Amino acid sequence: MNHSSLSLDRTNVHYMSPRTKRLRKVINPPVIKGFKPYGPDTGKGKAEPVMLHYEEYEALRLCDYDLYNHHAASIFMGVSRPTFTRIYSAARQKIARAFVEGRQIAIEGGKVYFDSDWYHCGSCKCFFNNPEKDQKVGECPLCGDTEKISGVEGDPEKFVPETSVEVGTELCYCPQCGYEQRHQQGIPCKQEVCPSCQSHLTRKTLPGKQPARHRGGRKH
Amino acid sequence: MKVAITSTGNSLESTVDPRFGRCAYFAIYDTDSKAIAFIPNPARHVEEGAGPKAVQQVASYEAKKIVSGEFGMKIKPLLDSLKIQMIVVKDPEKKIMDIMEMLNH
Ligand SMILES: [Zn+2]
Ligand SMILES: [Zn+2]
Repeated sequence: MNHSSLSLDRTNVHYMSPRTKRLRKVINPPVIKGFKPYGPDTGKGKAEPVMLHYEEYEALRLCDYDLYNHHAASIFMGVSRPTFTRIYSAARQKIARAFVEGRQIAIEGGKVYFDSDWYHCGSCKCFFNNPEKDQKVGECPLCGDTEKISGVEGDPEKFVPETSVEVGTELCYCPQCGYEQRHQQGIPCKQEVCPSCQSHLTRKTLPGKQPARHRGGRKH
Repeated sequence: MKVAITSTGNSLESTVDPRFGRCAYFAIYDTDSKAIAFIPNPARHVEEGAGPKAVQQVASYEAKKIVSGEFGMKIKPLLDSLKIQMIVVKDPEKKIMDIMEMLNH
């Protein structure tokens, strides 16, 4: 209510620079790719679908499905409160537009920024880092794609293949974008979510020679 | 701009060498002049410290990007300090000519 607390809030807002690259975390990837309207008048105008980004889907899920308040939801997504509010209103406006105008809703990977050192290109499947920390990653340094760039969360040791990786190593593999990580004993691959494109991972065994016992069996 | 690509051989048909420090050749591709040079990696047979040696090598060619199959964990801070970008290509079938084509996007 008093002026000093108001100016303090302003200072906080100032610190939350919109340029700060923070991960807009998507905890649960959507189970569907979108919605289609039905009824006699649908499909007449062939209107463009409304694109709902992952982060918008996530904001809506946290607030209106899991019933968290904006403060808690912004913490979950790792963004400032004003940023969260902006993402959330965008989500609601898009859905309202789809309802009113009878458009399809397509859920797609939006600008999910990561505070990470590593990026993945879904187009040419390469991984790359960003040596110019103060510059935003705009395109793939290899193929030049600008659409399918995503940050990779976590330890690059997980996905940078090392010489020590033996034939027969179990990997969790992303069928969508080719991301791989070492399989962890006891955690089904399907439970793991691709940090790059949010798809569910599947099991993959590195190809190569069969384990020794198979060859031994042949001999006898 | 110059890009270093780790190569298993000295031709455009050679595949990307999955090892950075111990790769057979560095293909140094100049994206402006479209010229390419294959230089044997002097670090490939050394007992220890192949990675840092290879970094020195690449830096001396003034490459701003390196394309390889893997970079050891010790390499990243070195390349970071030199502001050389790492590009990890995991497809072992990719040829030097494929990478050149992609870089010409
Ligand atoms: Zn790419
Ligand atoms: Zn993926």
